[in-house]
Amino acid sequence: MRVCLAQIKPFLGDTAKNLKLHEEYIEKAVAEKCDVIVFPELSLTGYYLLDYVSDVAMKTDDRMIKKIVALSKDISIVFGFVFEGEDNLFYNVSAYAEKGRLVHLHKKVYLPDYTMFEEARYFAAGKEFSVFETAIGRCGILICEDALHTSSIYILSRMGVQTVFIPSNSPARGVVGDGLEAASIWQTSNKYTASLLTVNLVYVNRVGVEDGVAFWGGSEAYSALGSRKARLPQFEETMGIVELEQEDIRLARIHSPFYRDEKSHILLDYLKGD
Amino acid sequence: MKLDLKLTKQILTTFVKEETEKIGLKSVVLGLSGGIDSALSAAIAVEALGRGRVFGVGLPYKLSSRESMADAELVADALGINLEIADITPFAEPFIESEKDMSKLRIGNVLARMRMVTIFDRSAKHGGIVLGTSNKTELLLGYGTWYGDLASAINPIGDLYKTQVWELSEYLGIPDKVIKKQPTADLWPDQTDEGELGFTYKDVDRLLYEMVDNRRRKPELLKMGFDEDFVQKISERIMRYQFKRKIPVIAKVSQRTIGRDFRYSRDWGY
Repeated sequence: MRVCLAQIKPFLGDTAKNLKLHEEYIEKAVAEKCDVIVFPELSLTGYYLLDYVSDVAMKTDDRMIKKIVALSKDISIVFGFVFEGEDNLFYNVSAYAEKGRLVHLHKKVYLPDYTMFEEARYFAAGKEFSVFETAIGRCGILICEDALHTSSIYILSRMGVQTVFIPSNSPARGVVGDGLEAASIWQTSNKYTASLLTVNLVYVNRVGVEDGVAFWGGSEAYSALGSRKARLPQFEETMGIVELEQEDIRLARIHSPFYRDEKSHILLDYLKGD
Repeated sequence: MKLDLKLTKQILTTFVKEETEKIGLKSVVLGLSGGIDSALSAAIAVEALGRGRVFGVGLPYKLSSRESMADAELVADALGINLEIADITPFAEPFIESEKDMSKLRIGNVLARMRMVTIFDRSAKHGGIVLGTSNKTELLLGYGTWYGDLASAINPIGDLYKTQVWELSEYLGIPDKVIKKQPTADLWPDQTDEGELGFTYKDVDRLLYEMVDNRRRKPELLKMGFDEDFVQKISERIMRYQFKRKIPVIAKVSQRTIGRDFRYSRDWGY
């Protein structure tokens, strides 16, 4: 499968401009004959929305969402927005649209609420991780912080996920020492997740600056064999295309049958307190 | 505390470029004092926008040292940026003389605020954003004039300690003379920052880095060898000058009060 990593720079709270940005990138990815295009977390709205969350929130029948979903007749699309649920709660979500249909909506479960983050103040948390069937196999979405918790990757793995998408809004921080601390954590985690779960993994992080905070980009993809197949430059609005093979999942599971040998009852017994 | 210099430069230039251009402006305006902080800020702006879009303003007062302005010119020449000299004496002097026996501190504050009036005026003239030049050490110690040199629209070096300012300045090729000279606000003759503060930047930065960035508490700091009085004095200073780092306190009456529960990013809509 041919995946387009759309490392965009959304405008803060300007959904109309961001929709246009999506359309441009989708058009380019279609021209490049990609099967799927992945946008960063909250790609339709930008990140530091604060009180603006409820104003830019959309339901799935919103004109903009319908428009992107309609564009998915030519290419599968992973994109992010603020979702207003039936319960009138607001969620940080990433959607998977395919063949003109909204296939899956993942609500971010782990809302960071420490140091520079205050997502839990503005968003309601999703309650579950799940997989969904697509033309490119069984997929799962983890939004940024979700992917840094072992519960999420464990559950997706046991559900038989084959490709994991991680849309992200990771800010540049920690320039003391060599390299960017935030980038180092993500690169380690992405490689680990792809290798240990033996799944293909696509991480797309945004770029741009909001209120002095720069998002570092550096989007990347790993094969199920744990090898890095792509890494986009840092701090630059750009797109990259990567080929990921289903066959790599098979090969990885022959070489490293961690997925086969996992014994979930050990975890279950532990959680039960036995 | 050692920076990854290449990355730091990349983050700071991205910051200046985007925060300037996203609001529709093309250039930046900043006061060039002849010191290292303004030199570094200007150098970052040049990397971000190109030299033609950086406007430096030299703001001497009649008692300023001649060396300061000579160094400002040195920096402007080295970076190839526009430099305008705006002597603040003709309007600062009547103000200072209108009150008898103004203290050194008051005069210093008046000068810093006169300079800021001038810089903001030039920003309107050039259609440029005002670039702040206060570093993290000064901000934490409250060592600056509120609505004077602490005022700005965007600040590229406010998260760098003075020690890191020196380090990054070398990397960006700031003239050696400016890097090596004694830091001074030049508010009165022979003033030096370290003389006035009573400790060196190197010492206080080591302590601030452990206190602020690494969140070390007092017992740990003492174990690390920091002097108890010094730790106490700096802790109190950080607390005492918190007001300079915040918007004014607004009395809460309504459901939603600006800054407290009316909360939007400044870049809202950009």
